[in-house]
Amino acid sequence: MVWVYLQFSGGLETLFDNVKSHKVDIPSKKPDRTTVKSVVSYIQKKMLKKNPEMFLKGKELRPGILVLINDIDWELGGKEECIVESNDVVLFLSTLHGG
Amino acid sequence: MGSSSCAWERGGVGGSCSSGSSSASWSGGGLDKGEVERYARQLVLPSFGVARQRKLKEASVLVVGAGGLGSPVCLYLAAAGVGRIGVTDQDDVEKSNLHRQILHDEAEVGSHKAVSASKAMRRLNSGTEVEVHLDGFRAVNALGLVEGYDVVVDASDNPATRYCVNDACVIAGKPLVSGAAIGTDGQLSVYNHGDQCPCYRCVWPDPPQEGACQRCSDSGVLGVLPGIIGTLQALETIKVLTGAGECCSQKLLMFDGLATSFRSLKLRPRQEKCLVCGSSPAITRETIGSYDYEANCGGAMHDKGESACLRVLPESRRVSCEFLRSRIDGSAATDREFVVLDVRPKSEYDFAHLRGSVSLPMDALEEEVAAGAALAREGKDTYVVCRRGNDSQVAVDKLLRAGATSVFDVEGGLQRWSKAVDPTFPLY
Repeated sequence: MVWVYLQFSGGLETLFDNVKSHKVDIPSKKPDRTTVKSVVSYIQKKMLKKNPEMFLKGKELRPGILVLINDIDWELGGKEECIVESNDVVLFLSTLHGG
Repeated sequence: MGSSSCAWERGGVGGSCSSGSSSASWSGGGLDKGEVERYARQLVLPSFGVARQRKLKEASVLVVGAGGLGSPVCLYLAAAGVGRIGVTDQDDVEKSNLHRQILHDEAEVGSHKAVSASKAMRRLNSGTEVEVHLDGFRAVNALGLVEGYDVVVDASDNPATRYCVNDACVIAGKPLVSGAAIGTDGQLSVYNHGDQCPCYRCVWPDPPQEGACQRCSDSGVLGVLPGIIGTLQALETIKVLTGAGECCSQKLLMFDGLATSFRSLKLRPRQEKCLVCGSSPAITRETIGSYDYEANCGGAMHDKGESACLRVLPESRRVSCEFLRSRIDGSAATDREFVVLDVRPKSEYDFAHLRGSVSLPMDALEEEVAAGAALAREGKDTYVVCRRGNDSQVAVDKLLRAGATSVFDVEGGLQRWSKAVDPTFPLY
């Protein structure tokens, strides 16, 4: 099991009952580590109730959603294969447009 | 600085005395008495000083959008002594703008926003040259606008404009100070500023699907939110122009107004495969003018909200506002019982609804349908209203599919009701 904080912002929280931060327990073969890919798959199976197309494109994260692990862009760490460890904060962020 | 027309020396940095017939006893960093007195509080600041004040005076900024973000941007930049400020917008001031767009006041409702903005800036600082661009920011004029200024501030309210502003800034080599706010959240970043700095497209390569993003006109915004983000944009602009401090480049500042928390996120560097700043760009000086931003980047280049354009129902399922009035006042030639169902979000129902109407927001209606309870009102004529007449059609369609028989859409929604039946019903 990997305990992580999943956070949603930039409007994505509306897909998760308007709750921005969730502490969850993600099953993993390796103790205390998993990947962003598994995190996305966990969200798909356990958390996403309505409008899945706003979060996913097929089984993958919808392009346009920025992922940050401990506040660092996942592009700097391998995207889907980014390692997520216990107590990490995984933030899913959409860009805001209002002004 | 140009040559001084005053009698005293102000351009020198050394200890040279004023020459000839001058009677002035002082010299300084290139500002006149009025300017020194006006900007004294930031001139005394060791991290700012006269050299940076002079840079501001010589600088120019384009503010795209004279709305909630653009308001503090324009006001603070004019107040700070930026030499030339251009402002572009295409909308007129509406009453529903005033809670956040503090450039404009009650007397300006109905005026062009860029004009109203220019008046406010001139009132504040007659030393700032203000330029007004009335046609808004579009692909065809994007490069021309951006090339006339040192720094561009994105204070727009829709994704298509954001991509267009970004692309023009990349092509013209201008730093972009970008801000956004909706609801109680805000975001801030400086793009295209420095070698490693990404552009907006590097970070957000995939524009949202049309309809997938929230708009102030539909989702709402707490008035002070764009004030906070716009004020930060003014700060970043001053830093970019003067070189003071460290800019928010390759970083995204996220503000949560309900938690009162700021968070600084580290972003990727410039991306090789970026459509505009990558190694083989598809959007270039030659192509930007004809690029279809509305089709490719998330919809219309404005935030006027959807119009009543959906048509999902046959005519037989639609009734007019006038007909609904005749049911309500009892003048219709039927004695069947009826119910008016309001499918807007509860917050909207709470501030204004038709007397006797029942609130059933879309989410609740979907749950009702899913729970097999859509026939609860069978036996009565059910008239469904929403704000503009789009959601109500979708709602009627859902109820019909669930087996309801006597449900009708009220065409044009409460906006039409206000215009056609009761002008005292608030338009928002």
